[in-house]
Amino acid sequence: MNIEISNLHFTYPTGVTALRGIALMIESGEQVAIVGQNGAGKTTLVKHLNGLLQPTSGYVRIGEWDTQEHSVAKLARRVGYVFQNPDEQLFSKNVGTEVAFGPKNLGYSSEQVQASVKDALGMTELSDKTETNPYDLSPTWRKMVALASVIAMDTDIVIFDEPTTGQDAANIARIANVIKVLRERGKTVITITHDIDFCAENFERLIAMSHGQVLLDGKANDILGQAEILATTYVEPPQLTRLGKRLGFKETVRNEQEFLAEL
Amino acid sequence: MAIIDLQNVTYKYPLTDSPALQNINLHVNEGEFVAVIGPNGAGKSTLCYTIAGFVPHFFKGEITGTVEVAGNESSKSSLHEWVLNVGLAFQNPFNQISGAKYTVFEEIAFGLENIGVPRYEMKSRIADTMKLTGISDLAGRSPYSLSGGQQQRVALTSILVMQPKVLVLDEPTSQMDPIGTREVFGVIRTLAEKGMTVVMVEHKVEWIANFADRVIALHEGKILLEGKPDEVLTSDLLTDKGFGISRYTSVARKAKELGLWKQDKLPVTLDEAVEGFTLPPNPSPEGRGG
Repeated sequence: MNIEISNLHFTYPTGVTALRGIALMIESGEQVAIVGQNGAGKTTLVKHLNGLLQPTSGYVRIGEWDTQEHSVAKLARRVGYVFQNPDEQLFSKNVGTEVAFGPKNLGYSSEQVQASVKDALGMTELSDKTETNPYDLSPTWRKMVALASVIAMDTDIVIFDEPTTGQDAANIARIANVIKVLRERGKTVITITHDIDFCAENFERLIAMSHGQVLLDGKANDILGQAEILATTYVEPPQLTRLGKRLGFKETVRNEQEFLAEL
Repeated sequence: MAIIDLQNVTYKYPLTDSPALQNINLHVNEGEFVAVIGPNGAGKSTLCYTIAGFVPHFFKGEITGTVEVAGNESSKSSLHEWVLNVGLAFQNPFNQISGAKYTVFEEIAFGLENIGVPRYEMKSRIADTMKLTGISDLAGRSPYSLSGGQQQRVALTSILVMQPKVLVLDEPTSQMDPIGTREVFGVIRTLAEKGMTVVMVEHKVEWIANFADRVIALHEGKILLEGKPDEVLTSDLLTDKGFGISRYTSVARKAKELGLWKQDKLPVTLDEAVEGFTLPPNPSPEGRGG
């Protein structure tokens, strides 16, 4: 299911213009990271994908659905959204109920709900915490509950807003693994992140945004090599990319393997 | 002189079985910038709450040992006395914003109003602090209309404006872009040099190496390691115990196994990595760039 965004403009009711003519095509099964300075319009953009925001002008299509012609509830069948702050989306008394809420609401049979919940809890390493109240978990595990509750909906498109914020090394590895499994299943994954190292290690396509527009869009290595343009939207290339550059490598490197091969 | 002095502090949250902090001894000198690192559940936020008096005044639970800040003992002071000396910026800025104010300017004024600062002084203090943290242009916005990174700056500003002796920061740049992170670390470093004491929980180890005086590595409620940033941050123990480490440290360690890193000491920062990969073998590369 492709995502098509055409000449998208958006102005908040307060008068703040957040998007100024976005045109993007994201194909089914792509893994895309969106980077850019605070206030560049990243969250505003992805909130258009599930209808939380509606274009001031232009359009967004999820498959053949124009987001202006379908409710948020209906778009939720196609687009899952994991909020930056898990506390904005968690409300149930225990983890199992929380994760079952989405698939139940989509009208899945109870067998399907059970299977989805089991799968999502397994992927996020929460299987032993089904009976726990999400608010008795640490913020890092609450983040995994938020991930699981969206994964359980089994949507073709999954959006993560700043998934690694405040997470420790072990949890970042868990999140990277979730993204890998979703890729293997052919899901489209779109992630907003300031964690450029995480982005470089887990995404093939990068979109850099600045002042409500797309500044750069392309293969990760090509984008990460353009340090000067990235700097205009306050993005620094990943640590190993910068190190490679300082050491005079010909190729842009973005992970340990590539770095050691060039050394 | 130690402005923060924790002696044998053990603390258990209500209704929990195991302590969140165990036998913590921590002495921080006035004007020192101390970074706290640790994996999930290590007790980092609890340590912040303890220094800031929220433990035990707000969170209750069982605490043993003594917590002293600026010569006062936590158990013998009230929380409203305590906040005159210690300011805490929460991990999630959303939890800190009062919800009672319509604009960023009013939000930042909230703490000052509560301690009865005169109006004329309040205005100039707020303007100066907003300039320092680079949010002057947000003064008239609603705190809720801001991005996560901007909210974090507001949260930090509303603490700094109180001019605390001790500043406790729980991942203050987690939602910021790299330029924002650099600016905030720069501001905090400057304040520490002017005599403010800073305790900061942070995952971004490359920044810690460039800015902090000392690193405390917490693990399962105990202090695992403590010392100069370059010593603590390159310790093998960290990777074994699930701490995040710098990509420079990690790649140099792998390069070392392949015989491609010829120094004894591992790098934490970009400059150290560049130096180590380019210089001839040398057991102790000196100097630390900015």
